[in-house]
Amino acid sequence: MNKTHLYLLAGILFLAGLALFGYKVLVLNFPLTPGAESYSWNVEAKVTFLAGKEPVKVSLFIPRSTRRYAITNEAFISRGYGLITATEDANRQATWSTRQARGLQTLYFRGEVVRVNTREPINPIQPPHLLNPGFYGAEQAAAQDLAVRIRRRSADNETMAAELLRLLNRTPADQNVALLLGKKPSEEAKMELAVRLLAQAGAPARVVHGIVLKEQKERLPVIHWLEVYNGKWWQAFNPVTGAPSIPDNYLAWWRGPLSLARLTGGTDLKVTLSVTREVEAAITTAEIKGQIKKPLLLRLSLLSLPLHSQQVYRILLMVPVGGFLLVILRNIIGIATFGTFMPVLIALAFRETRLLWGIFFFSSLVALGLAIRFYMDRLKLLLVPRLAAVLIVVVILMALMSIFTNTLGIERGLSVALFPMVILTMTIERMSIVWEERGPFEAVKQGLGSLLAASLAYVVMHNRQVQHLFFVFPELLLVLLGATLLLGRYSGYRLLELLRFKVLLKDKR
Amino acid sequence: MVGWGRKLADLGVMGINRRNAEYTLAYNPRRYYPLVDDKLRTKEIALAAGIPVPQLYGVVETEYQVRHLPVILQDHEDFVLKPAHGSGGDGILVIAGRARGKFRTVSGDLLAREDINHHVFNILSGLYSLGGQMDAAMIEYRVIFDPVFDHISHQGVPDVRVIVFLGVPVMAMLRLPTRESGGKANLHQGAIGAGIDLARGVTLNGVSRQGVVSEHPDTGNSIQGVAIPHWQTLLSIASRGHELTRLGYLGVDLVLDKEKGPLLLELNARPGLAIQIANAAGLLHRLRLVETHSQKLKSSEERIAFSQEHFGVKEK
Repeated sequence: MNKTHLYLLAGILFLAGLALFGYKVLVLNFPLTPGAESYSWNVEAKVTFLAGKEPVKVSLFIPRSTRRYAITNEAFISRGYGLITATEDANRQATWSTRQARGLQTLYFRGEVVRVNTREPINPIQPPHLLNPGFYGAEQAAAQDLAVRIRRRSADNETMAAELLRLLNRTPADQNVALLLGKKPSEEAKMELAVRLLAQAGAPARVVHGIVLKEQKERLPVIHWLEVYNGKWWQAFNPVTGAPSIPDNYLAWWRGPLSLARLTGGTDLKVTLSVTREVEAAITTAEIKGQIKKPLLLRLSLLSLPLHSQQVYRILLMVPVGGFLLVILRNIIGIATFGTFMPVLIALAFRETRLLWGIFFFSSLVALGLAIRFYMDRLKLLLVPRLAAVLIVVVILMALMSIFTNTLGIERGLSVALFPMVILTMTIERMSIVWEERGPFEAVKQGLGSLLAASLAYVVMHNRQVQHLFFVFPELLLVLLGATLLLGRYSGYRLLELLRFKVLLKDKR
Repeated sequence: MVGWGRKLADLGVMGINRRNAEYTLAYNPRRYYPLVDDKLRTKEIALAAGIPVPQLYGVVETEYQVRHLPVILQDHEDFVLKPAHGSGGDGILVIAGRARGKFRTVSGDLLAREDINHHVFNILSGLYSLGGQMDAAMIEYRVIFDPVFDHISHQGVPDVRVIVFLGVPVMAMLRLPTRESGGKANLHQGAIGAGIDLARGVTLNGVSRQGVVSEHPDTGNSIQGVAIPHWQTLLSIASRGHELTRLGYLGVDLVLDKEKGPLLLELNARPGLAIQIANAAGLLHRLRLVETHSQKLKSSEERIAFSQEHFGVKEK
């Protein structure tokens, strides 16, 4: 074929892709790099209790959307229970009720927490009414003394709260504080005392209970915080340092003196909170939207799709990148793989398992599958039934692996279910044929080649920068196409061929 | 690494990318592929052109026909069972005889009728075919190779691979089965390839998967200097493969039968590149030379003469 034709076509593709890319970067200010790491979190509250014979009513505080976090995709899992959610003051509460329940009951609340960071100014709220601090006798004298002291050393509610926290955290403890708190008080007790002391001093305050959004293996502890009304809004205070701030990853769950869940008609109430992280594209998208000036091009871009589809395209656009990588690995380097694009699909599956676990699961699945495939060879099955049998075995193995790793407490094992099982089956079949026809060496070599290609594809395809570039600038696919066309006419040696033909060099000299 | 690449290019060593881009894609029109990919059709056109091939005993095309297999096999002590669309020597079963009601392979394994049937089923379902499409199993004459190769061969049948470009034989090698290759004559399965001096039909050094060899690993005899009988006939058959298929770049596999002489075994539209190592020479210079002269070479005889004049090993 005509090479100039090809060069021309590739040139046009390069030019078109790069021109659009340049225009978007230089004129429209599309960001070249993804924003800071942003995630969404899946929070879960699991409520268990033993029901007796009486009607049961369980109330659970659930988080509400705030200025910093939005709660979306809420789900309540509670078979046979009536459910009411209500918002009172600062709290949201879900109440489950049923007339008939017996034995161990498990109820779930699940929600997705998304970072929002509203920039609107805070609306001042009406001053809340002051609670009765409820100190009597000797306690009242101590409380009054402390209240006077913090009032004297402060200018307003905020500084007073800071002063109080400093006092509460002082070691050795102040005599009055020791009297009110007792020995070794819990953080929660400390915060509750702070609220009462502030009430005594005339400042409305409340305890905030919440969790820290980070991936945690064990049970999630509830962190208690202090909020003081500063005349306009509720200001949060760090309970330890007394600084008027709140950590970025702190999610307030409920406020006030009540406990997280309350139960009538049952015993042994337990609530477990947990949180898992999910990489979230939506937020970066929102940030990008804010930076772009011309809305027309935005409407024509992938950013205009619904969030869910955006997520799909983010991954979909990585498939061509993986394909291009395979062109390089196979035609320029000369690595042998099973199936042309099998490594790309495996790399997609690695997304959930992460690289090391992915390699482990893939290798063990293929190894086990191969062993069973060799056994099946003796049964003399026809090809399609045999493939179907291997497919069934692969699915069973995947399920067993998930169960087994789950029992061991390895979370990643669950994501093994996302492996492309048909591809795995074909890989096992191809590998066993190669094993028989060309020996184990060749089979293992190709297997390792596939694994290497899949790992490299994973590294490239799951690079945030690469994902961002191709998602925000899909026109780069044209550049990729141009490069692929050019590589399609590469007729030089493959890297591994140099090794293969090296003997010819020795011969001549 | 870059230095190696340049040196190899100087030697005219051809890589797989170049073979695909500049030779198979350019000189082998896709529509002629079925002629070589389907060994039944290859046999047909070869017979029509008067080229000797191993006799076809029978074909099994559907699962139903497998029950006729005993009828096909009853008159034949030994036979070869292979897929019509196989590639790279995969799926070929060579039965050398019978023992205790079972079939004996060349390597001495005994196979029950059930095993044979299973193999046929595998072939039919496309296990060995290129695209995995439905295939047919062919049963044909087992070549009894010429005793000249007895001392440098283990079990299977040695064959001669000739690369033919535009009808001109450009390179050839003798492929010798070894214990490692399980009696098969394919290099990637462990067979040995020995380069051949095109002018005289005498073997040069050999090459195995491990590297250059000068002796057969199983018999210990020297591979070098074996004169291949009927060399001119072999070249002539190879050269005619081009006219037969109209494929410009072709691998022709030939065998020497003890009684029937040279037979055309199969044709290959994507012949491998290891032949260059066996001959310690690159293909590219030869191919370029043929490209510039092909217009003048009208007949098969002229092409063979051209080949033997230019591609023989120069006396040292």
